[in-house]
Amino acid sequence: MEYFIQQLINGITLGSIYGLIAIGYTMVYGIIGMINFAHGDIFMIGAFIALIALILFGLTGIALPIVLFLVLLITMLFTACYGWSVEKLAYKPLRGSFRLAPLISALGMSIVLQNYVQVSQGARVKPLQPLITGGLEFFKDSEFIVTVSFLQIFIVILTIILMSMFTILITKTDLGRAQRACEQDRTMTSLLGINVDRTISITFILGSSLASVAGMMFVLYYGVIDFYIGFLAGVKAFTAAVLGGIGSLPGAMLGGLLIGLIETMWSGYISIEYKDVAAFSVLIITLIFFPTGFLGKPDIEKV
Amino acid sequence: MKPSSEIKSIIKDSLFTGLISLALFGPIVGLKTSSKGQGLFVTPHVGIVSLLVLACIIGRFLIGLNSLRKKEISFVSNITSTISSYMDNKGKHVAITGVLFAIVFPFLPFTDRYVLDVSIMILTYIMLGWGLNIVVGLAGLLDLGYVAFYAVGAYSYALIATTFGWSFWICLPLAGVFAAFFGILLGFPVLRLRGDYLAIVTLGFGEIIRIILINWYEVTNGPDGITGIPRPSFFGLPFKKFPEEGEASFHTFFNLEYSTMHRIIFLYYLILILALITNYFTLKIRKLPVGRAWEALREDEIACKSLGVNPTNTKLTAFAIGATFGGFAGSFFATRQAFVSPESFTFIESAIIVAIVVLGGMGSQTGVVLASIFLIGITEIFRDLEQYRMIAFGGAMVLIMIFKPKGILANRKPTITLKDHLNE
Repeated sequence: MEYFIQQLINGITLGSIYGLIAIGYTMVYGIIGMINFAHGDIFMIGAFIALIALILFGLTGIALPIVLFLVLLITMLFTACYGWSVEKLAYKPLRGSFRLAPLISALGMSIVLQNYVQVSQGARVKPLQPLITGGLEFFKDSEFIVTVSFLQIFIVILTIILMSMFTILITKTDLGRAQRACEQDRTMTSLLGINVDRTISITFILGSSLASVAGMMFVLYYGVIDFYIGFLAGVKAFTAAVLGGIGSLPGAMLGGLLIGLIETMWSGYISIEYKDVAAFSVLIITLIFFPTGFLGKPDIEKV
Repeated sequence: MKPSSEIKSIIKDSLFTGLISLALFGPIVGLKTSSKGQGLFVTPHVGIVSLLVLACIIGRFLIGLNSLRKKEISFVSNITSTISSYMDNKGKHVAITGVLFAIVFPFLPFTDRYVLDVSIMILTYIMLGWGLNIVVGLAGLLDLGYVAFYAVGAYSYALIATTFGWSFWICLPLAGVFAAFFGILLGFPVLRLRGDYLAIVTLGFGEIIRIILINWYEVTNGPDGITGIPRPSFFGLPFKKFPEEGEASFHTFFNLEYSTMHRIIFLYYLILILALITNYFTLKIRKLPVGRAWEALREDEIACKSLGVNPTNTKLTAFAIGATFGGFAGSFFATRQAFVSPESFTFIESAIIVAIVVLGGMGSQTGVVLASIFLIGITEIFRDLEQYRMIAFGGAMVLIMIFKPKGILANRKPTITLKDHLNE
């Protein structure tokens, strides 16, 4: 039982990270109907920028909470530039091309980003000393002590804060309204005087900044990154988006939590070597039997 | 707008581009992290960042100026369309010349062992490209896990040959059958999915196969791979310097001086024949009803359904046939290397094969050859620049999709079309 609770806590932490990445997939899919294959690599770039910023601020000796806040802002800002540029360079010229064109372009972009980071930052793994240490311990008298580290609390609370801000942004502001309108009908939206290109750009900016926060959490949580982390995390987050129902924002978060839980439970109880197989199998099974996910709308085929 | 104000806006654009590129390259290129002893340190690289930013500003400025003159650079597209129209007219002659060249290639004076090794690699990719072309080019299904079938072929040859000691010629069809079986196994449930979902599912399948190969120690020997895979023999004659007592070897049988080149040349012809069979098969099947059904499905699935073509079965045949050729190529790979490990079957390998098909022009057989020679051959010379080569790879995929979405040699024309008699 204690072991289960420990896995549950780990799963929720991991799920928060996946959920934040999944939002980028689901928003882009909702608005332009493409799988942004390079999104996982945007997450990886976010992790690298966070790492660099953490090292730089680590030298200055400012108090840790301020450092974390500054690193968060810097990471979001710089990674958003990547998201924006990728959209402008690789996806925008392809609107109206054949259906698989954006996916192939995104695949190319993903290869470019991975190898670009490999060339400029080196292929070796980057270890980071743990910054947030300590935690709370429960069930001290039982044989298995359940630990909730402060880092896990930090990750979950930060995710909740970002998600609430994001939900308000999408449901209450003009920008969010324009974004939802574009999802429904781009032509009609542009007739009503909304700059569709700009809205799509902002979608990419928002998605990349959330992914970059996930990247920062990843650096802090695992303490090791390399240029290849984006691929697996990206596929898992995409699975989360599909599981929750692609196009649905609460669905992405829900799917993220589920994938995080499935992964930790699988490695806790079944086999740690095959934990990635679990994620891929969930992806395949969901897409085959359950393509609308939990909160998605059915996809109607039109002539 | 007056020209002067346009120039001003171009300059403004260029400076903005510079700012963005500074934000892009500043942290990732400019601040290189390197580990020294306990922790990580950051070393700044100001020079290269300023160079990159400057390049971006100038590039943007030139693009701006060019659009001011309202003149498109049609140079590149002129060249490629000249090539493709030439290919349409003289395609057969070019193909025959190419094949003849490929046949005499091993005996040309400049062909040494290294060149031949690279050619064998190029031919392997050509064969994989042709195999995948059936799936991607003809049937229009984006398969991002093609390497899985390659792996199935390689491992089934490796396992059968090392366990039972059967010869290459028995294992080759078996490897194809196994790969086709996996193709059907995967294809049957997933082919109902839409294009982009299908791509992701095949990717997941490819990764599952790889993870199983890594972790299933009892059978696949895990990450260490399988060693000591027997080499193929020339119709029962092995390429051994000292054949066992009473056994003939290739060079003793033909009274030749022993040379390691014999085996290499034999491998070269082997893959050449395998590749040509793939090509011949594709060219023939395009004219059969099933081939036409693939092309029709690629163009319009709903129209096909209403005309009574069963999309799932039709796609399944494409998938299985593509997988079979992947399996053949895989067993060739295993016998050439005499060693297989999961490392050879990563996602990036699938991406390279997809890139070959896409860059060549989906559906174009000649395009696959050109793209393989270009991507594998020319970049093989710059082996040290491996990572830059992958950047160029990915960049080329993006550029092709933007400027020439049909590939360098477009051949998406259906093999058979209904002629419009009214306009003639």
